[in-house]
Amino acid sequence: MSTSALFDAPGPRARRRHAVLAVLGVLVVIAVGYVVVRKMQDASQLHGAMWKPFVTDRSVWRDYLLLGLWGTLKAAVISITLAVAFGLLFGIGRLSRNRAVRWLSSLVVEFFRSVPVLIMMIASYGYYSRSGLFSSETAPLAGVVTGLTLYNGSVIAELVRSGVFSLPKGQAEAGLSVGLTQAQTLRSVQLPQAITAMLPALIGQFVVILKDSALGYSITYAELLIWSKTLGSAFANTLPAYIVAAALFILLNFTLTVLAGKVEKRLSARGRTTIHEAAPVPTPA
Amino acid sequence: MGDILSTYGTDILRAFSVTIRLALVAGVGSLVIGTLVAVMRLSPVRVLRLLGTSYVNIVRNTPLTLLMVFSILGLTYILGLSLDQADVTQNALRWSAVMLSVYHGAFVCEALRAGVNTVPVGQAEASRSIGLTFAQSMREVILPQAFRGAVAPLGSNFIALIKNTTVTAVIVSAEAGGLMQKIIENETGTLSVFLVFAVGFVILTLPLGVFFTSLSRRLAVKR
Repeated sequence: MSTSALFDAPGPRARRRHAVLAVLGVLVVIAVGYVVVRKMQDASQLHGAMWKPFVTDRSVWRDYLLLGLWGTLKAAVISITLAVAFGLLFGIGRLSRNRAVRWLSSLVVEFFRSVPVLIMMIASYGYYSRSGLFSSETAPLAGVVTGLTLYNGSVIAELVRSGVFSLPKGQAEAGLSVGLTQAQTLRSVQLPQAITAMLPALIGQFVVILKDSALGYSITYAELLIWSKTLGSAFANTLPAYIVAAALFILLNFTLTVLAGKVEKRLSARGRTTIHEAAPVPTPA
Repeated sequence: MGDILSTYGTDILRAFSVTIRLALVAGVGSLVIGTLVAVMRLSPVRVLRLLGTSYVNIVRNTPLTLLMVFSILGLTYILGLSLDQADVTQNALRWSAVMLSVYHGAFVCEALRAGVNTVPVGQAEASRSIGLTFAQSMREVILPQAFRGAVAPLGSNFIALIKNTTVTAVIVSAEAGGLMQKIIENETGTLSVFLVFAVGFVILTLPLGVFFTSLSRRLAVKR
């Protein structure tokens, strides 16, 4: 439903009422903002000295924030690659004609989808650092990547499945009737179309991965959040450091979200159907 | 797995009960915040729409971990905004409930907007044409159907909320995630500890998923 159907074009009285509501809304925001600024002033967080390093001191970016961004992006890119591979593998597994393969894939996907990412991160990190499978420097990264891959890979597996199911049945029938095998039909007819359909949802899941990499904080993985904490204690500006880190996270994720919207618009302009989410709203940390 | 249960059994039960209580409180909180923001985003007033949209875009793109850490290191220690002066653990738990509500409120808002989209345009037009105001048509016609149409996304949002209570572990170790971190540091069998907690969450979330799916089918408005 288009939201414009919810109300008429406002007449003079309604316009006055809307103006009052708008002013009220702005007033509430100003009041909240005032309280925040006052509180921050009382805690002397608004001193120029707290914020100046971000523009004047090159080491703030070179030695802290960029290192943090690099850590975050590294974990995200590795996890995205592995999660897509995991998702394709088990997504196709769930579509298999072999009942055992289908059953096993469903079990794996359902299990890892219902366990919190953080639990998987802490456990795998504990395992890696104890078993010596990874050196103590790479164990945190491996833990973050394991948690993100298992969880988001399962979500992507669901996307693959619903992407294939969203295709018209005739597609598979056509493939089979020209003499392709079931596997060939899946590989060369169904999957390419399913992946196009799930592209916006896939990019949405990449946002989740990027955001969830901040969970690495709890297993000492050197990502943006940890670096902004260190920055905050080095320059004695904890609050500004967190606020700048939050702004960086929002900027990164918002760019990806906008990209997802653009892709979806382009696909629908070409008359392609898109699926939105595997689980209706993907909302982990 | 057996000795983990016999050593920590009561601790684990207590931690999971904290997890459940956190999820319930934050579930109600996020529902309230989300409904409010959704109405703002659907309202005819442009400023309110803008405020609602900014809220959703900002909160949705911020990591929950950052919100949690910020609430303790920033809000409590530096700004002195304590939710329980006497008890550090209580303060952290209350802040984590607030942050979970704020974070998931944005997702509840989007779920409700998706629910509004399931209501046919004709209904809004009909309610306007019989003279209902925006508030009346929202209350009597649109929102009741929107809630029913939004049961599935609201349900998966609540399940995500249950799982996200573990993020509380970064500020206090009273719930399941924090306890698991503690046990893993003290014990040697990582895999069995993981399995105990993983199964705990599967028990919490899997039946809920089935329940919400059947509920959404039952409540769906037949068109």
